[in-house]
Amino acid sequence: MGWAIALQGGAGDIPRTLPAERRETREAALRHFLAIGVDALKAKKSPLDVVELVVRELENNPHFNAGRGSVLTSEGTVEMEASIMDGNTKRCGAVSGLTTVVNPISLARLVMEKTPHIYLAFDGAEKFAREQGVETVDSSHFITPQNIERLQQAIEANAVQLDYTQPIQKDVKKETPNTDSDSQIGTVGCVAVDNDGNLAAATSTGGFVNKMVGRIGDTPIIGAGTYANNLVAVSATGKGEAIIRGTVARDVAALMEFKGLSLKEAAAYVVEESVPRGNVGLVAVSAKGEVTMALNTTGMYRACATEDGYSEIAIWPSVQN
Amino acid sequence: MGGWAIAVHGGAGVDPNLPQQRQEEAKQLLTRCLNLGISALRSNLSAIDVVELVVRELETDPLFNSGRGSALTAKGTAEMEASIMDGHGRRCGAVSGLTTVKNPVSLARLVMDKSPHSYLAFSGAEEFARQQGVEVVDNEYFITEENVGMLKLAKEANAIVFDYRVPAVGLETCGAVAESPIMMNGLPISVYAPETVGCVVVDSQGRCAAATSTGGLMNKMSGRIGDSPMIGAGTYACNICGVSCTGEGEAIIRGTLAREVAAVMEYKGLGLQEAVDFVIKERLDEGKAGLIAVSNKGEVACGFNTTGMFRGSASEDGFMEVGIWD
Repeated sequence: MGWAIALQGGAGDIPRTLPAERRETREAALRHFLAIGVDALKAKKSPLDVVELVVRELENNPHFNAGRGSVLTSEGTVEMEASIMDGNTKRCGAVSGLTTVVNPISLARLVMEKTPHIYLAFDGAEKFAREQGVETVDSSHFITPQNIERLQQAIEANAVQLDYTQPIQKDVKKETPNTDSDSQIGTVGCVAVDNDGNLAAATSTGGFVNKMVGRIGDTPIIGAGTYANNLVAVSATGKGEAIIRGTVARDVAALMEFKGLSLKEAAAYVVEESVPRGNVGLVAVSAKGEVTMALNTTGMYRACATEDGYSEIAIWPSVQN
Repeated sequence: MGGWAIAVHGGAGVDPNLPQQRQEEAKQLLTRCLNLGISALRSNLSAIDVVELVVRELETDPLFNSGRGSALTAKGTAEMEASIMDGHGRRCGAVSGLTTVKNPVSLARLVMDKSPHSYLAFSGAEEFARQQGVEVVDNEYFITEENVGMLKLAKEANAIVFDYRVPAVGLETCGAVAESPIMMNGLPISVYAPETVGCVVVDSQGRCAAATSTGGLMNKMSGRIGDSPMIGAGTYACNICGVSCTGEGEAIIRGTLAREVAAVMEYKGLGLQEAVDFVIKERLDEGKAGLIAVSNKGEVACGFNTTGMFRGSASEDGFMEVGIWD
């Protein structure tokens, strides 16, 4: 037993040729946010507070696909979604279609704590945000030049890109090193457990590049992108449609609960057997203070730490696994 | 083993004092929908086609809470949602925040079949509906006089009316006339209230499908999404079963109820009825809900911890039943 925390900044086709500068920026961010989370756990903050806190940081950082830095819809707008879940009570909160709320994850938490509902979306969610007095800004705050470029590329390729991925293969411009091989931004999420085995999970995203306006992905769907009960907390990332159909986050928990698999086994099973290659990554912690980070994509920005001193920051699959 | 099977529901949690006439109307509608599904199955339509067909019928009839006859938002409008899932391949489609689409379940199906996504909502969904050329009508079409009345009652009590009824604690016998009015969220209710609808089917090829549709909670905040469009919560289908849930949305979501039935069958090896019973008994905590389910072996089952659930079920071996109470 002991505390444990893991966070992710998106899974996908992150190329190993990623320019060093880009890689380092993201690794530094992951390291920094991990430290924030660890400090909070050491200061005895509840896991629910910790996951919210860490995801807020990830949302504020423009290099990840959530909050500021969210990918754009086909109309060039931002539509953000998030969900949060408390393992002990299984209370949860989710939001979709946010356009002005600086921290979607915090609004999701307010839905959980201040309404009799679980999920609010679009105009209704924005209205609730104002009623709650959360910080809102003009939508332009969330839009970054990189994302405008990625949208243009996607439109040109007339394809829906994952919120990262290489430019479409028929696009020969790829050879210039500074092009948008910086496409590897993704969903963000955090899971945490404290010394008493209390668990929480939180996930937030801008979704898919060039998504249809109104498209909802796995991130706000309890059981798909986010889940926590008294055994485990999970946050998933990748191709939303595949994660929904695979009820990924819930499945990790269900395998542990009903088939007695360990945390690591359950996570591995889900990414290897339940969801097609190239579609999913997840981070999870168990009530016993274990942590796992699993993926079937080329890479996943991730970081984790446990009370016994273990910590890891990574992008690509680790060799020893 | 094998053979087709079908179940439909019009919502869980029924007022034990529901007037006999209303009970009859409900049973007739359920019977009609069941027969529609049965004919379709006998004509070899696939499970996914049958669930859509049957839920369309339930949406069109104003009796239950979906499509026409939907519960109303705090603003007095209808805001509908639905989801559909094809067990074969676990493809799915969902919609929320619809205000003009005559048959939400069909739009959910189009999201599944004709869009690169799984879930579309609000203006994006309405836009997609127009692109697809589905039938759209004014929001007034969905609003019934009865629901306008119910909304007023709900507002007066300043409470959300759930789309089912539970008697106050202490009332043990259903069907008995209570001395004090039945309370639901602090509201005395003597009028029949509309319910979420759903259908699950396994066809003669053993393929399962499920679909659920609703207007949601009476007096809900605009923008509130419940369990009905949530894959894994209100609806789920895989190669071993199809499930559709109804009742307290929040309890169904946190319990990932529909997925749970499939998960205990898959991972614990429980049979269909066992799985349904387990989930209702163990996965709801204080929540109130019901569900219908079919298995790829041609079985059909239902379960609820509420006072009654409007339901009907039938299987190829000639079994057929329509009911409300336990």
